[in-house]
Amino acid sequence: MPDQPDFSGWSCPLPLRDYPNIVLGHGGGGKLSSELVEHLFLPAFRNTALADLGDAALIDVPSGRLAFSTDSFVVRPLFFPGGSIGDLAVNGTVNDLAVSGARPLYLSAGFILEEGFPLAELARIVDRMAAAARAAGVVIVTGDTKVVEKGHGDGCYINTAGIGVRIDGIEIGPSLARPGDAILVSGFLGDHGMAIMSVREGLEFETAIESDCAPLHEMTAAIFDAAGPAVHAMRDPTRGGLASTLNEIAQASKVGISIDETALPIRPEVQSACDLLGLDPVYVANEGKLVAVVESAAAPAVLEAMRHHPKGHDAAIVGRVTKEHAGLVVARTALGANRVIPMQIGEQLPRIC
Amino acid sequence: MCLAVPGRVEEIYEGFGSRMAKVNFGGVVKEVCLAYVPEIAVGDYTIVHVGFAISRIDEAQARETLDMFRELGMLDEEFATGQQPFDSAAALAPAESGSASCESRESREPKK
Amino acid sequence: MKYLTEFRDGAIARKLADEIHRAVTRPWKIMEVCGGQTHSIIRHGIDQLLPSSLQLVHGPGCPVCVTPLELIDRALAIAALPNVIFCSFGDMLRVPGSEKDLFRVKSDGGDVRIVYSPLDAVNLARRNPSREVVFFGVGFETTAPANAMAAHLARNEGLRNFSVLVSHVLVPPAIEAIMQSPSNQVQAFLAAGHVCSVMGYWQYPPLAERYHVPIVVTGFEPLDLLDGIRRAVLQLEAGRAEVENGYARVVTFEGNRPAQDLLSQVFEVTDRAWRGIGVIPQSGWRLSPAYRDFDAELRFQVTGIHTRESPLCRSGDVLRGAIKPTDCPAFGKECTPRHPLGATMVSSEGACAAYFDYGRFLSADELTHA
Repeated sequence: MPDQPDFSGWSCPLPLRDYPNIVLGHGGGGKLSSELVEHLFLPAFRNTALADLGDAALIDVPSGRLAFSTDSFVVRPLFFPGGSIGDLAVNGTVNDLAVSGARPLYLSAGFILEEGFPLAELARIVDRMAAAARAAGVVIVTGDTKVVEKGHGDGCYINTAGIGVRIDGIEIGPSLARPGDAILVSGFLGDHGMAIMSVREGLEFETAIESDCAPLHEMTAAIFDAAGPAVHAMRDPTRGGLASTLNEIAQASKVGISIDETALPIRPEVQSACDLLGLDPVYVANEGKLVAVVESAAAPAVLEAMRHHPKGHDAAIVGRVTKEHAGLVVARTALGANRVIPMQIGEQLPRIC
Repeated sequence: MCLAVPGRVEEIYEGFGSRMAKVNFGGVVKEVCLAYVPEIAVGDYTIVHVGFAISRIDEAQARETLDMFRELGMLDEEFATGQQPFDSAAALAPAESGSASCESRESREPKK
Repeated sequence: MKYLTEFRDGAIARKLADEIHRAVTRPWKIMEVCGGQTHSIIRHGIDQLLPSSLQLVHGPGCPVCVTPLELIDRALAIAALPNVIFCSFGDMLRVPGSEKDLFRVKSDGGDVRIVYSPLDAVNLARRNPSREVVFFGVGFETTAPANAMAAHLARNEGLRNFSVLVSHVLVPPAIEAIMQSPSNQVQAFLAAGHVCSVMGYWQYPPLAERYHVPIVVTGFEPLDLLDGIRRAVLQLEAGRAEVENGYARVVTFEGNRPAQDLLSQVFEVTDRAWRGIGVIPQSGWRLSPAYRDFDAELRFQVTGIHTRESPLCRSGDVLRGAIKPTDCPAFGKECTPRHPLGATMVSSEGACAAYFDYGRFLSADELTHA
């Protein structure tokens, strides 16, 4: 990632240099606002729909069922090991569409900036969004910027909404898990949350752990190719981690979920960081992983499809759906005993006890 | 109380008015205060609680403990008759009340 | 992590469990003192490997659970003050006071920050000379050296904007209070390994003798806990009542002398109210006169505190091992992890919270197998 954004490819960066920081006028809809769009957002996102600069983007969508998702991003710090708010803003929405059985196509991007926010930092974020959008094969076609007074924001908040088209023949949802289904995860759990924790004030530690932030649309497409209707549910385990995702599925489908703890892929360093702070990796956020619930006969094919993808080398089958203990997620520990993994209440906090 | 984890002391220096160290916990490095373990040296392992080293790990003791664990039940494995130890002992000893061999064995499967 | 992962080995754990099964001939009740041990037992499912006649009683070794309600209310009032940066360990954030918790204070505008170490709070004080930085110094003897050092460094540096709200509690008086209680059924103790790494275990032989109870210094990983239980059971079966060190890689008889030296300078013993249990004489530490200038309780004269415990809450009986969480009438009804009435339902190693989750699993199982 370059430290300074490359303005050379952009048309006339001169007006931006007058204002090294965001001022209220940048959100006012006047000249400053349009300069921001013309000299920062447009060059970065580079597409005709955006370039028309209409109040709405006019786009052509392939026929089929539309998937529509939105997410807001408020992460602190804005840049962290392995990623940034910009990467999250694109991949987060791309992944929500992908795990809903859709091919992601178009994104909107709304910014709420705090007065005084350095323009160079905004440019870095936008640069990352553009790169992430290219990697994910999506286009950012419309957007908005508002500026709030100093002290009333946290630097930069981003909302993205996304449209995709459902892949033919795919019917999946959290209420469709069935007893006997296999549960798979696409790789190492807890990387993102612990990467953020490692730079969080008061809790910092030195580590090589990086966020796993990545787009999953190609992996999901490969899974649907391999198993089609045998895929019953799919989620990306972001906030609240694997535990929250599985609890949601267990409750929505009114089934029990049984996990083999020793099968969960967790990097030793992530485990160490969790041990240090007293956290449980199953509750830690991921930003480039998916959980798939599939008919057990299709599990080997789905595993293969995951492992074939560059981000899926460490995919594993971690458990199964059962008709017992409906609504509960239970894990078999390394000792061969059982523990309930309850739904988290609030944020998981480091403990001394 | 008492979440404390073992880590390896990697670098020792002065800071915050005290003797400090970088301690490596399985790949995660954190700054730790060594004020309470003046004898500790680079390469030693220590138990750390809320940023303070509170004890040096006696590596010989740790090995001894693990060896002791590993030897548990090895005697039975050597005999490997499939009989439970109390049953074998009862078979050899003169029958008093016969209670040993009649004793019901609790299932070893984890309780649900 | 070295010296951690080896002590989680599943195969060895089952061997230790076998040894325990072999040894047990009668019902026994063993109390693990430390909340961290309770957490580990629940987390790994250790109690499920034990014979059903062997009952583990979860002790009061959880600062979250026993910090007096009045002190929590005081902490909440101080945290709400405009110029204060209130620093706390994560554990304390959700503990209910009479009306709210630290999370509520934070959302109401209080500057509440989670820290990993008391030194982080000292650093905040150095970097923010115009703000009052208060550190919530709770914990048992394990945490006291860290909190003591924070007060000590602040005093040495003349860091006038730093203070500590102290609520330390001590293990040996708690063990005594439990043994002296007429309804006590505990027959052996797993002493808290990390408390003993600081204090040693020289305080325990008189207790073992006076009350005829085995006391085994025990660690926190599955193998440590199972071995501690195994040693306790062997003693109980043989009618012995001795102090044993099952955590020898970390604990020595004398403990950590440099830590004990500073502790005796910074703190002095005081009577302490244990939430839900009542006052146990000489069971706590407060700042000694030399460090009173850094005592947040004296520096912030907060008024208008009306301490009010839920009349339904039976945390104290649970903490003393007198009742099981499921014996409490409010359990699972008025009191759940989502709406806790008392601290034992809040903390991740609180017995009530643990029973709530595991209990649902048990009853679900009974339902499907009925």
